[in-house]
Amino acid sequence: MSITKSAHNRVLPGFGLTLGYTIFYLSVIVLIPLSALFFKTATLSWGDFVATVISPRVIASFRLTFGAAIAAAVANAVFGTLVAWVLVRYRFPGKKLADALVDLPFALPTAVAGITLATVYSSNGWLGKYLEPLGIKVAFTPLGITVAMVFIGLPFVVRTVQPVLEELEPELEEAAACLGANRWQTIRRVLLPSITPAVITGFALAFARGVGEYGSIIFIAGNMPMKSEITPLLIITKLEQYDYAGATAIASVMLVISFVMLLVINILQKWSRRYAA
Amino acid sequence: MSIQTSKIKLSAVEKHFTSARGERQVAVSPLDLEIQSGEFVCLVGPSGCGKTTLINLMAGFEQPSAGSVTIDGRPVSGPDPDHIMIFQDYGLYPWRTVLGNVLFGLQAKGIPAGEARDRALATLELVGLRHAIDKHPHELSGGMKQRVAIARALAVEPSVLFMDEPFAALDAFTRYHLQDELLRLWQETRPTVVFVTHDLDEAIALGQRIVLMAPNPGRIQRVLEVSLPHPRERTRDDFAFFRRELFTEFHLVHQMALQEAEYSI
Repeated sequence: MSITKSAHNRVLPGFGLTLGYTIFYLSVIVLIPLSALFFKTATLSWGDFVATVISPRVIASFRLTFGAAIAAAVANAVFGTLVAWVLVRYRFPGKKLADALVDLPFALPTAVAGITLATVYSSNGWLGKYLEPLGIKVAFTPLGITVAMVFIGLPFVVRTVQPVLEELEPELEEAAACLGANRWQTIRRVLLPSITPAVITGFALAFARGVGEYGSIIFIAGNMPMKSEITPLLIITKLEQYDYAGATAIASVMLVISFVMLLVINILQKWSRRYAA
Repeated sequence: MSIQTSKIKLSAVEKHFTSARGERQVAVSPLDLEIQSGEFVCLVGPSGCGKTTLINLMAGFEQPSAGSVTIDGRPVSGPDPDHIMIFQDYGLYPWRTVLGNVLFGLQAKGIPAGEARDRALATLELVGLRHAIDKHPHELSGGMKQRVAIARALAVEPSVLFMDEPFAALDAFTRYHLQDELLRLWQETRPTVVFVTHDLDEAIALGQRIVLMAPNPGRIQRVLEVSLPHPRERTRDDFAFFRRELFTEFHLVHQMALQEAEYSI
């Protein structure tokens, strides 16, 4: 009833057509492959499924993947916001170049990124040789995985926060200055509340990308079971052993966890936008 | 009445910008203006006459290229809670309630919470929004939003209010109502008010003096003393007299602006 009503009240026709197309497209591209995943998982008995997904090696990989993805997304939320701030607020030579560099992780083949990071951070690499004496090992450790996730996730935060900063009404800051707020108060009470929804969106995207990332991580991770083995790699390993049901079982658990986390982030984001006009 | 001293003094103030192509554009050519303490002055003029630049110079958002701007004898170096700007787009914080918005300046000043709340509530009472303190800006009409912005400014007890086309986005009825409200608040708290508008009727209804500006380059064309007592009846003959005066002058300015624009093409 409400659907037909809203369809008739619109100036532009085409509600039925666009909704039909959306459902068809989503089904073909997203829902059918995902349901195939769950169908394949269902070939396992409940006992086998539980045994697969709570085996220590799998649990360790979940902890590593989601933990590193959250750490990387937090790092990106902070530093990506800073990058966006610098790109929006200041003029400096080479700004266009810096702006273009931000997108590089989008375009670079992930394997290239992974090999580069592993080389640079290995114990005799450009950065690794200075970190090693300080007792910081990056390559082939969970820290390396986080670094790779930070690398590939950065553009998401920068590109979601940047337009919001650009569109920010100057009156908000000018009013704050008039009312006697100092710089720190202006940042904390005016800027941060304005950009928080965008930062949360960027965080969610960077997190999702980090969880799903495979190509760049396997080169820097070292891939030691229980220590530096990410869940996507474990899935590949199962596939190579022709354990398709086992692979889909792990994948479906990962999918559910990711979905729940994104849902929570989306609710959080909606909450943070509650006063937007 | 005590001896009037200049509250705001502009001496040989000049402002130019350099355009992206490197051309020097004169926004305000050298001008002098003195505004007395407690006076209500309107700046009017066609677009490009520098009225917004001039108010931004006085409020400290911009620095003059030459000359000096002083308030109470001190050069204006930046925004200051003693002289507050009110914007056309209100500049309210959407995530704060009406009360929260009014509290902003008081919190920035570090006033204790209880006292700040009392002062905020008193100012909201003054603008007639005591009933709406828990609402958020998106729940308010444009006129109410501007009243919150005015309350927010008055709460920190400024000696000067700068208003940059504050009622331009409102419908005619709300605008008349807020003009009367502003006059009432001005008479009660007596700050110095500098009010930019492009609405000549608004200028005559409000200003004790009207500074008519002309463009290319931005300058003062004429200063008109409006000797009518407040509140002013908009339909009376003497109102119409000032209206005619200003319209004639404005027509002249407008013609000149058009001709110069044609020549420059």
